[in-house]
Amino acid sequence: MDTVWIAMIPAILAATWRMATPLIYAAVGEVITERAGVLNIGLEGTMLLGAFTAFAAVYATDNLWVGLLATLLVGVVVGLVFAFFTVTVKANQIIVGVALNLLGLGLTGFLFRTLFLGTKNAVRTVPVLNIPVLSDLPVVGEMLFHQNLMVYGTLLLVPVASFVLYKTAFGLAIRSVGEHPRASDTVGISVSGIRYAAVMIGTALTAIAGAFLTIAHTNQFVEGITSGRGFIALAVVVFGRWSPKGAFWASLLFGVFFALQLRLQAMPDLAIPYQAFQVLPYAATIVVLLSLRGRSHAPSALAIPYEA
Amino acid sequence: MSDDVILRMENMVKTFPGVVANAGINLEVRRGEIHCLLGENGAGKTVLMSTLYGLYHADAGSIIYKGQPVQIRSPKDAIRQRIGMVHQHFMLVPTLTVAENLILGQYRYWQRLSQMERAKAEIRRLGEEFGLRIDPDAVVGRLSVGEQQRVEILKALYHGIDLLILDEPTAVLTPQETSQLLGFLRELADKGLTIIFITHKLEEVMQVSDRVTVLRDGKDVATLNTAETSPRELARLMVGRDVLMEMPERQGEPGEVVLAVQDLCVENERGLRVVDGVSFEVREREIVGIAGVAGNGQSELALALAGLMPIHSGEVRLNGQVLREWTPRQVSQLGLAHVPEDRHGMAIILPFSVSNNFVIHSFGDEPFSRHGFLNFSRIREYAQRLVREYDVRLVSVDDPISSLSGGNQQKVVVARELNREPRLLLVNQPTRGIDIGATEFVRQRILAQRDRGSAVLLISTELEEIFHLSDRILVMYEGKIVGEVPPDRSLLDKIGLMMAGHRAEA
Repeated sequence: MDTVWIAMIPAILAATWRMATPLIYAAVGEVITERAGVLNIGLEGTMLLGAFTAFAAVYATDNLWVGLLATLLVGVVVGLVFAFFTVTVKANQIIVGVALNLLGLGLTGFLFRTLFLGTKNAVRTVPVLNIPVLSDLPVVGEMLFHQNLMVYGTLLLVPVASFVLYKTAFGLAIRSVGEHPRASDTVGISVSGIRYAAVMIGTALTAIAGAFLTIAHTNQFVEGITSGRGFIALAVVVFGRWSPKGAFWASLLFGVFFALQLRLQAMPDLAIPYQAFQVLPYAATIVVLLSLRGRSHAPSALAIPYEA
Repeated sequence: MSDDVILRMENMVKTFPGVVANAGINLEVRRGEIHCLLGENGAGKTVLMSTLYGLYHADAGSIIYKGQPVQIRSPKDAIRQRIGMVHQHFMLVPTLTVAENLILGQYRYWQRLSQMERAKAEIRRLGEEFGLRIDPDAVVGRLSVGEQQRVEILKALYHGIDLLILDEPTAVLTPQETSQLLGFLRELADKGLTIIFITHKLEEVMQVSDRVTVLRDGKDVATLNTAETSPRELARLMVGRDVLMEMPERQGEPGEVVLAVQDLCVENERGLRVVDGVSFEVREREIVGIAGVAGNGQSELALALAGLMPIHSGEVRLNGQVLREWTPRQVSQLGLAHVPEDRHGMAIILPFSVSNNFVIHSFGDEPFSRHGFLNFSRIREYAQRLVREYDVRLVSVDDPISSLSGGNQQKVVVARELNREPRLLLVNQPTRGIDIGATEFVRQRILAQRDRGSAVLLISTELEEIFHLSDRILVMYEGKIVGEVPPDRSLLDKIGLMMAGHRAEA
């Protein structure tokens, strides 16, 4: 028994980063959105739209770049619509987010059944980068040196997001708009302009998170393929204290639970129903959120429309 | 227009739904002077200046600045015209550093913040030149209110200005900080900066300004040379009639102890101890005033006494009963009436009618309801009686209370609370944001309540109010009571020092 467990560790570690990847893309995007004071709880729906778009575009063209570009485009459009309702119309952000989740689920389900039901629907996937020798290292070899390119992409995303947020005028504007929009207004920053941009960046990254599920992690679309990852990403933002680096590490923590769950299901000699393990990441979400007291790190103007 | 006039605003009109804030105001400001805009709350001072700064758009009127007619559509335009404004509520992002706040909005969005070192050097240079020394790397939210105000002024200077507008800058300062600020403004004016100073405090006008324009009900009433006027004349212009400035003497001696607080500690939601070991007593026929700069634990003390915030440790006795984890309703049944600081958030429900707001504690009791059904005619009669008694100006008690002015809303709250004939009256900032007439009325009623036999705990950041009403004054600083003084105006300096944290020498 012990040796079985030890043998599983490299695979669990590798799966951890892989399972964390969609959370990282979505959560980093949401960090940027929330730092500007907008709460988009429609990550699940956005992710589904991204997942379907990537799948359909790669299916049609057999080109991964076209798939990613189409996903980005859909993400930006979703952001534009969300920002129109929450920033311009000043509708309740929770309600618009719920609507977005319902839209994502319904629209992708409808389109998938209409267009793809009964077809042999496997697509090309993002290639795995295998670094020879290093990937044979014990324990960490597979995790660090044998992953697909979108997983490595998170190593680029997190520093870039941190740089933008903390070292550029745009990032300073985002942070100030989320804390004290009126002060930002009085020095000539366009509060709605910044919020539109932050929302669209967030939804674009969230759509990419969805694409990961259909053209990297697997090679097909399934209805509801995100299975709650959009909601977990929201918890990741809180647990990561609204910073890109925090979101990265928090995502890895949740990734562990996803990876464990997968492995434990595959253990034939455990007499526990597999559903019990499937609950793990979601139960972890609840425990993590309960363990965080208050919202003292949240941007002060989060979810509050700005009245000029 | 003569050369020395820097700004002329002509016939400025600005209306909001249901309110005429500026009804044709004329203002002329000379280069290098300190010009006070004096008026009661709601006279239109802040709206006029916000229009000049581009936050509001005037319905009519023209602005001539440096001899040119100008259109100021946004604060960005104002900054470009070298106009700066220090707002009543600071326009600083508390989570950012001083330097970040100063450069905010100065860069194009795609630019890297590469010039931080140069910005910091510039901040230090300005600090040296004007004697406003502030660490550019300090996080604004951790600075004291006085320091934050210096950052605001520094921000305006950093942007480069010829005209500086200050909106009630002394409201949040201790007396010492106030005189420091006024002295500093005089220096700035001597260096050629023009300053417009919004205030409703007569002493400040007399102390700092060269000229003063008095506003009343959205119109300019007079522009005077400060040297040629008097506080009494200004008060009359501001209110439109003579103001009674004296309060009657107390009758009778304090009686039994009504409220006894022993080593009270209260923690806020972040776990910080905001009230730290406070002990005092309030007796019948006595007003105890708690002075202090806003944010030193007074608000939390009041909330804890009213049962709205948990008591962490210590003991509170009201009428001999120990309060511990009591609900506001239980506390109020023990004879506490509470006029809270946050009128809109706590005292009234804005969209509800005036009459419903009158029975907010008691709508479930006879005679206002029977068997769970409200008796509207009884409620209306009761409301009408109190409206007459307390001189609340309104059209109908069925109108939403949001349609009343701040002063009349406060009269409703005071009438409701005092009519319960409380054993202990807890009043927090009873006259904030209301006009002089209503202020006078509310204060008279508080005094009458004391003479009736109530114990009164008065919390106010307005020292003038504390001196006017209190029989004893306690000073709070960082959650502690740092001393007790009698209401003797010669002790003003001493109180000021205590408000800044200096303990009273025994």
